Amino acid sequence: MQLGDENSADSGTLLALSDLVLRFKGHKNDVLDGVSLTVKRGEVVCVVGESGCGKSVTAMALMDLLPAGSATISSGNLDACGLNLDLTSTCLPSEMRGNRIAMIFQEPMSSLNPSFTIGDQIGEAVLRHKGGTRTQALDRAQEMLQRVGIANPEQRLSEYPHQLSGGMRQRVMIAMALANDPEILIADEPTTALDVTIQAQILDLIRDLRDETGMGTIMITHDLGVVAEIADTVAVMYGGQVVEQGAVGEIFNNPQHPYTIGLMSAMPRLDNPVGRLAIVPGTVPTIANMPQGCRFRTRCVFATQACAERPKLSQIAPEHDVACHYAPLEVNVSVAI
Amino acid sequence: MKHDLIIEAIDVVKHFGDGGNWLSKSPVVQAVDGVSLQVRRGETFAIVGESGCGKSTLARVLMRLLSPTSGSVLFDGKEVSTTTGAALQSLRREMQFIFQDPFSSLNPRMTVGKLVGEPLEVHAPELSAQQRREKVADLLRKVGLRAEYAGRYPHEFSGGQRQRIGIARALASGPRLIIGDEPVSALDVSVQAQVINLLGDLSRDMGLTLVVIAHDLGVIRHMSDRVAVMYLGRIVESGTTEEVYTSPRHPYTKALLASIPTMGGKQGDRKATVLGEMPSPSAPPSGCRFHTRCPYAQAKCKTDAPALQGAGTDDHQVACHFWETIPNEAVIAETPQKTEAVEARFALYRNATDGGTVTHLLNQSTKRN
Repeated sequence: MQLGDENSADSGTLLALSDLVLRFKGHKNDVLDGVSLTVKRGEVVCVVGESGCGKSVTAMALMDLLPAGSATISSGNLDACGLNLDLTSTCLPSEMRGNRIAMIFQEPMSSLNPSFTIGDQIGEAVLRHKGGTRTQALDRAQEMLQRVGIANPEQRLSEYPHQLSGGMRQRVMIAMALANDPEILIADEPTTALDVTIQAQILDLIRDLRDETGMGTIMITHDLGVVAEIADTVAVMYGGQVVEQGAVGEIFNNPQHPYTIGLMSAMPRLDNPVGRLAIVPGTVPTIANMPQGCRFRTRCVFATQACAERPKLSQIAPEHDVACHYAPLEVNVSVAI
Repeated sequence: MKHDLIIEAIDVVKHFGDGGNWLSKSPVVQAVDGVSLQVRRGETFAIVGESGCGKSTLARVLMRLLSPTSGSVLFDGKEVSTTTGAALQSLRREMQFIFQDPFSSLNPRMTVGKLVGEPLEVHAPELSAQQRREKVADLLRKVGLRAEYAGRYPHEFSGGQRQRIGIARALASGPRLIIGDEPVSALDVSVQAQVINLLGDLSRDMGLTLVVIAHDLGVIRHMSDRVAVMYLGRIVESGTTEEVYTSPRHPYTKALLASIPTMGGKQGDRKATVLGEMPSPSAPPSGCRFHTRCPYAQAKCKTDAPALQGAGTDDHQVACHFWETIPNEAVIAETPQKTEAVEARFALYRNATDGGTVTHLLNQSTKRN
């Protein structure tokens, strides 16, 4: 994650995406409006936001997984795996995808092919990128299943996805993604479809694998609890813009953007129930109705005319950037009841 | 103490499948296996558990959308699990359902006015078309939608608005009990809060009783007065929400609460992760059904199924042989104290969303950039 200029030269940086602007064909507004992300070695970066904020589109665009011709990229640069790609004209080479940058998805059932065995599906990723024989690939698959904590891996190799539970399928997805020792793992809502006890197991697994391999992880989620649990740094997105980003402690203990504060106030707490939940008024506008400038301004209780001009994402504290004209709010705004 | 009960389940069992015959084997799924619970008039009662624990089946049995294999359901003291015909129809007026998915539970070819007015046609046929339109407008306003929306179709609305339409539809017949199966889990956090507040306001203002089925323990903590925790078709713990959350006694409840990632918790200090996965309800373990995953399981747990028994306070019940010997400690991490500046920021936000007047002390020329 980019936090001021001093980090951009850091040799530990595995992936740097800068100023990605993307528009879907047939739309008059950009879906992503200047998204930048940086991932360092061994770091878990969480991209958090509600449906329609562009968090998944960012990941799909990074991996070049959007349907061909569905979107135009008018700006964007990707620095990863020793390549410097101008995303407006080129995309991630397919020999990188699933090899040095891997991805896991939300729905483990629909991402696995129901008519191939687990072993074949993990082995395919190995054969595709590393070559070798089928036996070697299956050995590797078995080793990976062991590593993600699946009991009886040699038996599971010859089973089909329908024979596994949801948590196990997600483990298989992770095994498949990590089979080629990627430098970067992109996880798109990996635990959303799972029960909390299974979610806890998968988060533990991702954390252990991160410690073991030093891979960088981009985790996309809508759940602030998951973010607090696993992230090192956080980017909060709204309407295709990163509105606040920084170290996890900073974001949770010192949130600055009205959207972040709204999200945290709206979340029902386990420990401290209040009478009424604070809300974020209204709903997310459609892409066609996105306002100019700060895109949160139509729902923001503090917005003024000035917000028609887009606030820059700028530093407010060490390791903490926010895009709001009125941050910090307690200094710049008062409210009379 | 005798309470005024609105709905009561007595030893309800619901099994699916008949076990097949000599030609084909089909397992009997023991979705709900001996559940008793009592819901008091005017309270919000929550049933919580993971997928496959039988909570939705139980809700459907309570609603009389399914009839139980055995056991009985009393609504207002009358047996309803076998009602049919006219008696069932008048029962439907008294209890209504809110579904989880606002996208698939509304007929896309009906206008909002028609959707909300439909229960009125059935339950209040004496109303004229004009009176019905007025009633529909009234209901829409009550759930925070504009009366003009009556002419629009469901696809024109967002998820949160659709859920409001579903709520208006449930309220149309003037029910006394509403059962919501995951009523907010398909919604984003910011919209979810709006719907939770709406349900709270409605139940208070209209004296409704709510039964809420959910898997999100934060939502339950916020909405409900009492809670029952289910695991594989049985209730393992029940009590007031406060009691169950602050001093859970069943190992499963403890594990469930400890599994939830919270904003307050520090990384890596989760106390326990339950191992393994929930067994299939078609082949549940013997004895205590949680014994295969329980860190405290002993020989007795494999053979004897524990019954719900009082756990200290009045309302608190737990189904565990060894609950007294398991340490009673809080499992929810406390949120760290916010600094004064952050506290002030949250207060500003709350006051502003509550309708306070916002003054900007910063003029545009000096604004931060």
